[in-house]
Amino acid sequence: MAGSPPAASSSREARGPAAPGALLTAPDVARVVDRMAHQLIEKAANGLADLVLVGIPTRGAPLARRLAARVTAFSGTPIDVGTVDITLYRDDLRLRGVRALEDTVLPAGGIDGRLVVLVDDVLFSGRSVRAALDALRDLGRPRAVQLAVLVDRGHRELPIRADYVGKNVPTSRGQSVRVRLAETDGVDEVRVTEPEEPAAGTTGEAR
Amino acid sequence: MKRHLLEAGDLDRVDATLVLDTAAQIEAALTGREVKKLPTLRGRTVVNLFYEDSTRTRISFELAAKRLSADVINFSAKGSSVSKGESLKDTALTLEAMGSDAIVIRHGASGAPHQLASWVRGSVVNAGDGTHEHPTQALLDAYTIRRRLGRLEGVRVAIVGDVLHSRVARSNVVLLHTLGAEVTLIAPPTLLPVGIGSWPAEVSYDLDAVLPKVDVVMMLRVQAERMTASFFPSAREYSRRYGLDARRMAVLGDEAIVMHPGPMNRGMEIAADVADSVRSTIVEQVGNGVSVRMAVLYLLLGGAPS
Repeated sequence: MAGSPPAASSSREARGPAAPGALLTAPDVARVVDRMAHQLIEKAANGLADLVLVGIPTRGAPLARRLAARVTAFSGTPIDVGTVDITLYRDDLRLRGVRALEDTVLPAGGIDGRLVVLVDDVLFSGRSVRAALDALRDLGRPRAVQLAVLVDRGHRELPIRADYVGKNVPTSRGQSVRVRLAETDGVDEVRVTEPEEPAAGTTGEAR
Repeated sequence: MKRHLLEAGDLDRVDATLVLDTAAQIEAALTGREVKKLPTLRGRTVVNLFYEDSTRTRISFELAAKRLSADVINFSAKGSSVSKGESLKDTALTLEAMGSDAIVIRHGASGAPHQLASWVRGSVVNAGDGTHEHPTQALLDAYTIRRRLGRLEGVRVAIVGDVLHSRVARSNVVLLHTLGAEVTLIAPPTLLPVGIGSWPAEVSYDLDAVLPKVDVVMMLRVQAERMTASFFPSAREYSRRYGLDARRMAVLGDEAIVMHPGPMNRGMEIAADVADSVRSTIVEQVGNGVSVRMAVLYLLLGGAPS
């Protein structure tokens, strides 16, 4: 079944700026998250109180928690966090074996009338976001929905655009972008791999 | 998971746990929502093929399939071509020709779902066959126990009553054993099947001796419609020796729960005040049944056709 995070990465996958080929290293990821937090505060201006950060599992969930923690640190306002599992809303369920489900957790007050910012690690085809929008529609009626992603790698298949982007990464369609986060993979790192490279474990590869 | 769910033995510990976890996630995802519907099985067709009467199982399966946006066809033997003598095989092939992806079958003959599974390409889910098995009932019972007590490993379960005719007991013994619970069967000797010694369960004839030691008491319905011989002298005597009344409930441990798969014979195997007490999970079991059956349908139909 999909979805089980791999054990902490091997020593060859090393951490720190020396890791060859890493697009973002741990300090980079921290800086990018900080910048996105500042942007959220700036754009939300009058209404941080009604902001909810909703992560898309697997890696959007810890990312949403980190963003919320940084927004709170910079603004002093506590931010509600949630996760929304999109598995049951995917349009590609019949293309592979049955997938294990993830948790859906919403803040106690729900999302009605609030500003929901969806958080994901990689924006690629846009299909995950579409599924998340469908899921949100069944969960309530937010005042507005925005999208924050750590990496935008292009190649959209749907008319979807992110409001907050950590890093734009031009890629070719065959490449894959792998995001690892300390919470799920033991290390913060983003790297672009060529198709011939063997994929190590089930990391956050954008589909 | 296998393509069909025909008996509790089809599920190993990993698969059974996956069903329970999936059910918990589906339940969590749907609680408090206005729209209790998921688009997951859009365009799939589930046929409820019921040759025996049923209230909760049929409605539960129907609701589960509808909540996953599958199309549902309810077929009951009454009022169909079955009364003109059509065989199970022909009925099944007819339904499949119309494009069914899964068949949920309840049949009076033990083994009918197994036969059906060899004829059709889609998935078959056993919703009770004769005195054989009722695997989704065992799954929802396990789910209910896990929710109430927080665990299944090492939980002591007493299953009391008409074990001989009970498909619920059979499925529960197998599944609960798979999941690490310890099962004791309690019944008059006439209501225990031949070969009970080979089941992975203890057997006792004395309800009062077992009750103080268990975490779960599962009362079985006395199945009057399957009683072809006199298995006990009188209803009154059965009730006195094997019925759960307030006096017996009082000796249960503080956390212990009382279960019943329904439909109940109030005053026979279970007293009305016991059935309505806070220990009773009977209504909760029905609600959990929908979540568990959604999980089963999702796991059988949610992926690529194998």
